Amino acid sequence: MEKNSLKHITKLVAIGGSAGSLQVLLRLFSQIPSGFSIPFLVVLHRNVQYESALEELLATRTALRVKEVEEKEKIQAGHVYICPPDYHVLVEKNHSFSLDYSEKVNFSRPSIDVVFKSAAEAYKSHLVALLLSGANADGATGLLHVRQHKGITVVQSPDEAEVSYMPQQAIQLVKPHYVLGFNDMVLFMQGLLLQGQAS
Amino acid sequence: MEINLKEEEIEQIVQDVAALYGYDFSGYSKASLKRRLQRLLTLDNFHSFAEFRHKVTTDDGYIGRVVEEISVNVTEMLRDPSLYKVIREKIIPLLATYPFIRIWHAGCSTGEEVYSMAILLKEAGLLHKSLLYGTDINPTVLEKARKGIFPVSAMQQYSKNYIAAGGMADFSSYYTAHYSLAKFDESLSQKMVFSTHNLVSDFSFNSFQLIFCRNVLIYFDKPLQARVLDVFDSSLELFGFLVLGAKESLRFSPVVSRYRQIEGREKIWKKIA
Repeated sequence: MEKNSLKHITKLVAIGGSAGSLQVLLRLFSQIPSGFSIPFLVVLHRNVQYESALEELLATRTALRVKEVEEKEKIQAGHVYICPPDYHVLVEKNHSFSLDYSEKVNFSRPSIDVVFKSAAEAYKSHLVALLLSGANADGATGLLHVRQHKGITVVQSPDEAEVSYMPQQAIQLVKPHYVLGFNDMVLFMQGLLLQGQAS
Repeated sequence: MEINLKEEEIEQIVQDVAALYGYDFSGYSKASLKRRLQRLLTLDNFHSFAEFRHKVTTDDGYIGRVVEEISVNVTEMLRDPSLYKVIREKIIPLLATYPFIRIWHAGCSTGEEVYSMAILLKEAGLLHKSLLYGTDINPTVLEKARKGIFPVSAMQQYSKNYIAAGGMADFSSYYTAHYSLAKFDESLSQKMVFSTHNLVSDFSFNSFQLIFCRNVLIYFDKPLQARVLDVFDSSLELFGFLVLGAKESLRFSPVVSRYRQIEGREKIWKKIA
């Protein structure tokens, strides 16, 4: 990240995942320091039936404030926002959220593409988007959009991903900035924190 | 290749549509409006914003299509069964005490929710003294709602919802299947009135004991949400109920002091003052 100038200071980290991503997400958050101020937006394909379990699970792994996205809510530092089941989440230019109950995208609602695309347009070079394990091509197009808007694209290494299809699709389409195993992902996140403190 | 609409282009088309056709989308959430417009450009094969704008401003037959695609028309019968269970068990017994029951489904789209409510009223023996108003900005979806014809492929899910919402009858007794379509019983639609109504610009048109407006407010910005909730407030009788979508709330609205959310987690508010 040595080339980072001020315009790359990260203001939002968006994380998308599907099958096989929950465990790595939980492990990742248990390694993220409690003083981490950059907000996270997490979009996971999940079963409507297990509604609030993800918030509760994540909250046990991090001191950051974990909460479900609420419509029109302003994005704040120190928060981990979780996309609610069965709604698309859009990020507005004024850094607030909108919810949307329109058609599924890639058989998914919430769709990772929808989140990544709107976050890319709202945050441009200040966005980091991380795509984890999954058995669906959702997220790849969104990641491409992030890259086109000068955001930083990160994909979990397919060798480590429980289900490699989703990372592979993204790597083929996007040529992401980073393809990282778990340990490097942790270092990457710590690097973001240092970058924030230096600014 | 997807055209990436610029902010000023979206503003331009919103102004054009308001000036030429009287539909005002300026209070819609920006990101979702943009997404709907981009989707329309792709679906209808426009190669540039200029081409799209030309079509919108010169072909007055096209505006219907624009309105149809900007508004989201995804709906289902008895969506969120736990909500309908509460309506069946807690709200309907209160409605039963009125000599005449008036219900408004605002933003009803193709009408699945209106038919859901009619089934509940019929099972409570109240449909004969009820009138259900279904309104939407989009006349095309209302035409579908009037017919009461829905894809038969959805019936399995609706039947599950019906049972989860406390339904005791055989759900298939409410419709006749014909190839890929299911036509709902006319005894249900007899008590329905469908009409266009634009929440952005139209006012209250009657008083009601129950108003549904689910997953509509999420597409509006805060000032427009306040406007719409005012319309509902002036349309709702004292001790009437307002039902919102699973992720919508009265919490930050100016009218909240006159309402109390009913016990439990359902998005139902009672007007108490």
